[in-house]
Amino acid sequence: MMLTYRDALNSALREEMQRDDRVFLMGEEVGEYDGAYKVSRGLLKEFGPRRVVDTPIAELGFAGIGVGAAVVGLRPVIEMMTWNFALLAIDEIVNSAAKIRYMSGGQLGCPIVFRGPSGAALQLGAQHSQAFESWYAHVPGLKVITPGTPADAKGLLKSAIRDDDPVVFMEGEMLYNAKGEVPEGEHLVPIGRAEVKRPGTDVTLICHGKMVGVALKAADELANQNLSAEVLDLRTIRPLDTEAILDSVGKTNRCVVAEEGWPFAGVGAQVVDLIQRDGFDSLDAPVLRVTNADVPMPYNKVLERAAKPDAAKVVEAAKRVLYV
Amino acid sequence: MATSTRPVRGGKGPDREGGGAGGGDPDSTRLHRDYLRQMLLIRRFEEKAGEAYSLGKIGGFCHLYIGQEAVAVGAIAALREDDYITSAYREHGQALARGISSRAVMAELFGKRTGCSGGKGGSMHLFDANLGFLGGHGIVGSHIPLAAGAAFAIKYRGGDQVSLCFFGEAAANIGAFHETLNMASLWELPVIFLCENNGYGMGTAIARASAVRDLAVRGTAYDMPSEAVDGQDVLVVREAVGRAVARARQESQPTLLEVRTYRYVGHSMSDAAHGTYRSKDEVEEFRRRDPITVLADRMREAGALDDGGWEQLEADVKAEVEDAYTFAEESPDPEPSDLYTDVYAPPSPGAPRS
Repeated sequence: MMLTYRDALNSALREEMQRDDRVFLMGEEVGEYDGAYKVSRGLLKEFGPRRVVDTPIAELGFAGIGVGAAVVGLRPVIEMMTWNFALLAIDEIVNSAAKIRYMSGGQLGCPIVFRGPSGAALQLGAQHSQAFESWYAHVPGLKVITPGTPADAKGLLKSAIRDDDPVVFMEGEMLYNAKGEVPEGEHLVPIGRAEVKRPGTDVTLICHGKMVGVALKAADELANQNLSAEVLDLRTIRPLDTEAILDSVGKTNRCVVAEEGWPFAGVGAQVVDLIQRDGFDSLDAPVLRVTNADVPMPYNKVLERAAKPDAAKVVEAAKRVLYV
Repeated sequence: MATSTRPVRGGKGPDREGGGAGGGDPDSTRLHRDYLRQMLLIRRFEEKAGEAYSLGKIGGFCHLYIGQEAVAVGAIAALREDDYITSAYREHGQALARGISSRAVMAELFGKRTGCSGGKGGSMHLFDANLGFLGGHGIVGSHIPLAAGAAFAIKYRGGDQVSLCFFGEAAANIGAFHETLNMASLWELPVIFLCENNGYGMGTAIARASAVRDLAVRGTAYDMPSEAVDGQDVLVVREAVGRAVARARQESQPTLLEVRTYRYVGHSMSDAAHGTYRSKDEVEEFRRRDPITVLADRMREAGALDDGGWEQLEADVKAEVEDAYTFAEESPDPEPSDLYTDVYAPPSPGAPRS
């Protein structure tokens, strides 16, 4: 069935809450307001205030309350109104959720999902236009998921809620209205598996989250120029599907990595590290990266466009690695 | 140490022997002897830990509890076996009072596989899932919301457990404390916030760090019952925590307790007991009202303790601490393969390729 990314997430939450009483949703405006981005629409009505919990604006506090509840056996889904605000809660995500299993010698776990929109939207300025997946992916103990389509949004959120480890689930702020085919019935997408979203032979475009659509658009444009691009959607950043990356690059011998984050120590840097080490012999050109410009996001529309990665920039990078 | 995840006890358990919530005369000689023994065990255990640290057998940071024993023992005596405890990094005493064996605690300080966290936690990260002891946390104030989260889960499940959170007075200045007290009160969570006010956050006296000296009044800001408590008298602590536990268990209401105590030793092993930020006279002054002496004197007056009994207690405790030390020393280190376990739930993604 055709669903928006928003409704796909909503149905994942609804199904998992129906399936397991331990699952509850907590965050700012998730209940009576129906969600700042309407992802939780109707859930308060269906499940009541015990399981759909509106919080004060206190990210650190309610993230930590979620962690504590998870440690003793519940399965919290903590909504961050945006990942920009989660910086206030990063201590609980990194120092508590990610470490409690290890610090306790495996006695305790933390099955929790932190979710919310990530990345730049339109002219929201420097503090509301950030993509932090590389920050969380840096941390052993966390899993990091960045769905780029409605089907993956649903299937991965359901898997994340059932997972026994803390999951950072980053939704594309610009994707909520995107429509796509979502399989009927129980639909689970495994964590840690990339997917070839479009097969090709000349160059691999590696992407995740919002950049999946951008890479597909770039692949269309390249096809118009008789260049065949394979689009590989990482879907999960940690654990990274290294096999899928090496398989694709082994086939195309050329690669561009696109991401919404900044260039320094970004997700692409990790992908490039993998390819140069384990796929060195298959490369016919250096791997290039397309990222946000290395600046805080400007408000001005023209400058913002210049800062963001887009299909034209991906096409340009692909042609450079193809030497055309 | 098991390396698989064990569920934390969720059902109602029996009252712990010596627990204040249920059976027996709360002022029985047997109970007082038990408290005295626990406090003395903590004292001697910590002295031994300090010795082991200076011999290089314990590494990293090590924060001793000497002087504060009545707080852990009195507070935990008021709990039931299935209640939860969350603490910070000065938690050896609380771990022992909860019933984690002195062997398992000492072995953890030594980083051994037989330690209560399998050697992966260390002094600041003591855990025991079966005893509801949820750590052992090293970032000031970070564990306060965790304790409220455990209380949230209790209420969510409709249980009648309570969640007890130990933290130092310096943590009462951090955002997590305020955010958590607000939500705990708003949502009526069965949690007891037990602020151990030992007067100093590292070397910063409370008067130099907090605009409010009487921290108990901070409960008022969140419409939360609060109380200042004499932390050097184990029975007073037990009664105060008992009142808070009853409020949590029966009415699902949180409480803030400011328990006034004093640490005789430095903040950590690298900090002298006195010198730069407090005087020797001040430490001596507080030592005159030692929590162990306060209880022992009371028992002597009541005819419940004599010299022979005291000597026997000292000998018992000494033997237990020596045994823990030997056990820790003789225990194996974790296996090299333990490095990559417990990062994720099994099956673990395992070691990275390289």
